[in-house]
Amino acid sequence: MLILERRPTPSRFWAWGTPILAVILTMIAGGLMFAILGKDPFEAIRTIFWDPLFNAQFAAYSRPQLLVKAAPLILIAIGLSLGFRAGIWNIGAEGQYIMGAICGAAVGLAFYPMEAWFIFPLMVVAGALGGLIWAMIPAILKTQFRTNEILVSLLLVYVAENILASMSLGLLRNPEGGGFPGSRNLGQYPSAANHELIAGTGMHWGVVAAFITVIASYILLQRHILGFQIKLAGQAPRAARFAGVSPNRLVILCMAMSGGLAGLAGMFEVAGPAGQISIDFNVGYGFTAIIVAFLGRLNPVGILLAGLLMALTYIGGELAQFMLGLPSAAIQAFQGMLLFFLLAVDLLSNYRIRVPLLIKEAR
Amino acid sequence: MDFYGINPAVLIASLMVASVPIMLAAIGELVVEKAGVLNLGVEGMMIMGAICGFITAVHSGSPMLGFLGGAAGGAVLSVLFILLTQVFLANQVATGLALTLFGLGLSSLLGQGYNGIKPPATKPLPFGPLTDIPFFGRILFSHDAMVYISIAVIAAVWAMLKYTRAGLILRAVGESHDAAHALGYKVVRIRVLAILFGGAMAGLGGAYVSLVRVPQWTDGITAGAGWIALAIVVFASWKPWRVLIGAYLFGGITVLQLNLQASNSFPIKIPVEYLAMSPYLITILVLVIMSSGRGRASLNAPAALGQNFHASR
Repeated sequence: MLILERRPTPSRFWAWGTPILAVILTMIAGGLMFAILGKDPFEAIRTIFWDPLFNAQFAAYSRPQLLVKAAPLILIAIGLSLGFRAGIWNIGAEGQYIMGAICGAAVGLAFYPMEAWFIFPLMVVAGALGGLIWAMIPAILKTQFRTNEILVSLLLVYVAENILASMSLGLLRNPEGGGFPGSRNLGQYPSAANHELIAGTGMHWGVVAAFITVIASYILLQRHILGFQIKLAGQAPRAARFAGVSPNRLVILCMAMSGGLAGLAGMFEVAGPAGQISIDFNVGYGFTAIIVAFLGRLNPVGILLAGLLMALTYIGGELAQFMLGLPSAAIQAFQGMLLFFLLAVDLLSNYRIRVPLLIKEAR
Repeated sequence: MDFYGINPAVLIASLMVASVPIMLAAIGELVVEKAGVLNLGVEGMMIMGAICGFITAVHSGSPMLGFLGGAAGGAVLSVLFILLTQVFLANQVATGLALTLFGLGLSSLLGQGYNGIKPPATKPLPFGPLTDIPFFGRILFSHDAMVYISIAVIAAVWAMLKYTRAGLILRAVGESHDAAHALGYKVVRIRVLAILFGGAMAGLGGAYVSLVRVPQWTDGITAGAGWIALAIVVFASWKPWRVLIGAYLFGGITVLQLNLQASNSFPIKIPVEYLAMSPYLITILVLVIMSSGRGRASLNAPAALGQNFHASR
């Protein structure tokens, strides 16, 4: 039998080792799953992780997609990680993402067809506010009524999805769309469009925002008193209270930041890659970002790398779907598997594994 | 006796059917939480139960085998939760989320090629002439076996927790795992059994969705029912009979809004989307009411809820 021994402090080596180990284990288990589905596992893994970047035929299309897909994941995951560190579980980022997109698009569409420089900045503000206000619902219910923020934030995702459906069928529907659901295409409205900044790179304003957020949250966590309070509240809630950290203030701030960032992500998505508000606008970035946050070990730099890797599985997944006929659900299961392995191997950073027989022999 | 084209006897009868999935999932989760474990993966286990039950029923032609398959599917997924939280001591909140994300992906993978198929019909129990009693016959004696089984499960859990030694031990583990461990109870083993039961019940509830409520297979068929079940456990203040009340309440809202969507004679026309979001909004409202004030539900929560147990000796 093996014995678990709690480490006095988490292992530094395994802090970086566990995500890598988890990715390798996921590739093995995922390969087995692909084999069961009747696909060559090595080819499938290569198609997902290698071909989008280095295959001569596909890389030209796939490489820019990497940033396009990673930006919303990183934006949302950074926000979530702040809350997760403080023990505040906002798992409704998907809803905040939708509301940010709706608010951002609504502001843009309200000005249509006027051309002015201030429209896009206004949309950015509206998108962030939309997500922020949607996140304030669980936050205020938590601070005022001690309502569980996990359940409220998650249930609000379903509400947001219905609002999205209502918007794309009603208020925001394209009046010239021949009755089809969905709004005007913001990509064809220059003042509101979130275009590629450098052609062929996939770089749009959302990517810029994601990079700024990574740097800002790194500084926040390393150098700012609020970052210290967030970490303290998560690791030692009692000590935090004695140190004068107000739990309610932290709940409001963390939810505001994660909601605002999720809203921003939604706004950049609707003005850029997606182009319009439609019933199936959201594709689960808000949930995948939870995996990204954990894969990055709630660390801004880690999340940046994790976001890129997860974006790769999206793009590679699409490629595998197209090339090998791998169902898209297999990729979703693959991503879920990654979170499992992460949580499982996380044991190594907090505990030592001892084999009793060996200890006896050593004595 | 109709109100705007909605017959009350039919309404009550169909709310009893609509509440079965959340009732089963919630009573399973109640036992899990009573053992001190917070499994947020109910939605994932339900949808796994939905697809496993559906596949079993389609291939065997028997809805009863389908329900068993659904329970097995939910329980198998809960084994993953057991492995992670009880063996690898992973964070229960994060693991529960992982279970839901993985369950949603895996179920739609398993469900490929089952879209648009009709499962074998689940027949109502033969009550003979009792069914023909006006009003009450429709409400009480017109259902399939699962409606009665779900109520029986609630009664069984209530009796088990209140009157048996096993129930006492389960509650002890949930209130203070250290004390229970010191008394010589196998904390992890008891929790494993509780989680398995919770998984099986969630799976059974899920199978009821795909075999009776809808009845067909589409991706994401449970549509948040698992999360509503989690909310009902809080609403019920961890008391079994209140799970029944909670489930009927939400079943009632669901059925009512569906009826309003279909009804043409109702004087106010509410857009479909706003009706469809009402069960979630009302769940939130009820959660707020239950968790605020002096008699708040959280005072009833098992003391060791969500904490992992690691015996150092």
